[in-house]
Amino acid sequence: MKHELLLKMLEEFALKEVKPLAKTIDEEERFPIETVQKMAELGILGLPYEPLYGGVGASYTAYVDAVRILSKYCATTGVILSAHTSLCASPIHAFGTEAQKAKYLPKLNRGQWLGAFGLTEPSAGTDASKQQTKALDKGSYYEITGSKIFITNAGYADLYIIFAMTNPELGLKGISAFILEKDTKGFSVGPKERKMGIRGSSTCELVFDKVQVPKENLLGKLGEGFKIAMSTLDGGRIGIAAQAVGIAEGAFERAVDYVKTRKQFDKPIASFQHTQFKIADMKTEIEAAKALLYQAATAKEKGESYSDKAAMAKLYASRVAFEVSDQAIQLMGGYGYIRDFEIERYLRDAKITEIYEGTSEVQRMVIAGKVLR
Amino acid sequence: MDIIVLVKQVPDTTEIKIDKETNTLIRAGVQSIVNPNDLAGVEEALKLKARYGGTVSVVTMGPMQAESMLVELYGRGVDACYLLSDRAFAGSDTWATSTILSSFLKTLKYDLIIAGYQAIDGDTAQVGPQVAEFLNIPQVTYLSEIVALNGRELIVKKRTDSEILTLSVELPVLVTTLADMNKPRYMNAWDIYHNTDKKVHLVTFNDLNIDPSHIGLKGSPTKVKKTYVKQVQAKSEKVVMTPEDAAKWITKLLYPYMEVKNHE
Repeated sequence: MKHELLLKMLEEFALKEVKPLAKTIDEEERFPIETVQKMAELGILGLPYEPLYGGVGASYTAYVDAVRILSKYCATTGVILSAHTSLCASPIHAFGTEAQKAKYLPKLNRGQWLGAFGLTEPSAGTDASKQQTKALDKGSYYEITGSKIFITNAGYADLYIIFAMTNPELGLKGISAFILEKDTKGFSVGPKERKMGIRGSSTCELVFDKVQVPKENLLGKLGEGFKIAMSTLDGGRIGIAAQAVGIAEGAFERAVDYVKTRKQFDKPIASFQHTQFKIADMKTEIEAAKALLYQAATAKEKGESYSDKAAMAKLYASRVAFEVSDQAIQLMGGYGYIRDFEIERYLRDAKITEIYEGTSEVQRMVIAGKVLR
Repeated sequence: MDIIVLVKQVPDTTEIKIDKETNTLIRAGVQSIVNPNDLAGVEEALKLKARYGGTVSVVTMGPMQAESMLVELYGRGVDACYLLSDRAFAGSDTWATSTILSSFLKTLKYDLIIAGYQAIDGDTAQVGPQVAEFLNIPQVTYLSEIVALNGRELIVKKRTDSEILTLSVELPVLVTTLADMNKPRYMNAWDIYHNTDKKVHLVTFNDLNIDPSHIGLKGSPTKVKKTYVKQVQAKSEKVVMTPEDAAKWITKLLYPYMEVKNHE
């Protein structure tokens, strides 16, 4: 019942507040800060966490549905929510001390603060172990120097989860995680990247010039950073799978509307069997992706192991997002290629879901690793 | 300040279709919504509560299916919902409806009653004013704004055809609101998860002290004799002429007594 009410609220909100902005923020490459504020007021930024920490106390599936429904109309808005919840609030919730949770989660859950996550570096992508950013123990604080790239929500986030080498000799076990507030001295954000899709989303470099992070902002234990990063990304992949399913559903709905009204040879093109078969295949693919998405979300909700399920959901849903958007354009012909019809944006937006939070190749590594171990 | 909002569940008229055979509304598959003028009233009430404190209660009369509408109002943050539902109420016209509503309202504590100016399915604009009369309290209809509350004095703006009047009125008072006076809030996740478990209080005939001859179809002084869909009656005619002649011809139609001169 509550979940149905939430879905109704999300649909209405997305239709009235998110959809009308989607085209403009893509064209102008503008971060929709006003939408973030509206989501905060409605509790969308704190769905899965306990009221004790300022959250709504809804299910994980509720959060997944929020990312999915927002992404149906605007994939940029979907990923803002996903990065905030899955990549920033989630590791604090899972690995933070009680003091860290009490200090940061209410601000994130109520949306007073927006969250981000910084792992990737110019030389450390899929091979995240090659972290060049260093954190030196200075007694009462850590001094972080280095940089991160491709960071979602950068510049608009108030809180960052940052990974840095605390002991290079230990390799993977020498990486640690830190909670960094945006106003910390020595921390700066580079210019926005100009991207193919999700162009309203802010993606920037983070620069650390002897940034002093208080000792109490070490997240988890010293040397646990890589474990925290991988575990966080497992959850993040469910968020991206939800974004991908949303993109596919959005492109599909537009294509369905189009084929019902577009006439050629004196008939709606929906009356042609080729169109019908295409629509049937697209719908089936979307439902299959959705089933994998909810399988992963439910496993996480129940506290079962879900990293392979999350990887399968993201691998499959991201491909479906790309293919369904591509087919939607094809069904719309020349109109599909025109930017005013807002369908080509879905294809550009879909592509990123095969790349970030682990490329599709990384998902295959995770899945095969589980099967063949 | 204790506020009561009167709401009605109505069919979403933007989705209404007419059965061409019977000339009646096709209700099947048509979504029910909160009457927009009433939803504006709920929004005003919630804003007043945020500014001045107090409670917001919602009262509706209708079939049991109206419960889902009330649950959605809990999802927007109202404090209590009452559903007046009984077979004895069925078929009530505006007078009988106002009789039922006011007899229940007498049992509640209130400073301000807000009603939507009219419902989109009935368009009578009578229930709010009649309730005020039955309760013997002042009323201000057609509000475009609730400006402020100073002690027991409510400052409101009332819209008329040609002007906007700023009025001051002593509580308790009944006001009627217009849909375009605000943008109603969405449900929010906190209230959906923590406020919707509240009970929708069911009120039936036996809970009220009313003369049964004053309510329902039999107790209604007005009866709907016939409903029909207004047909477009004016006949159309196709004429072919030059733009200049057409302009003269149309002008003659619009202003039959005006002399149309040729342009020099």
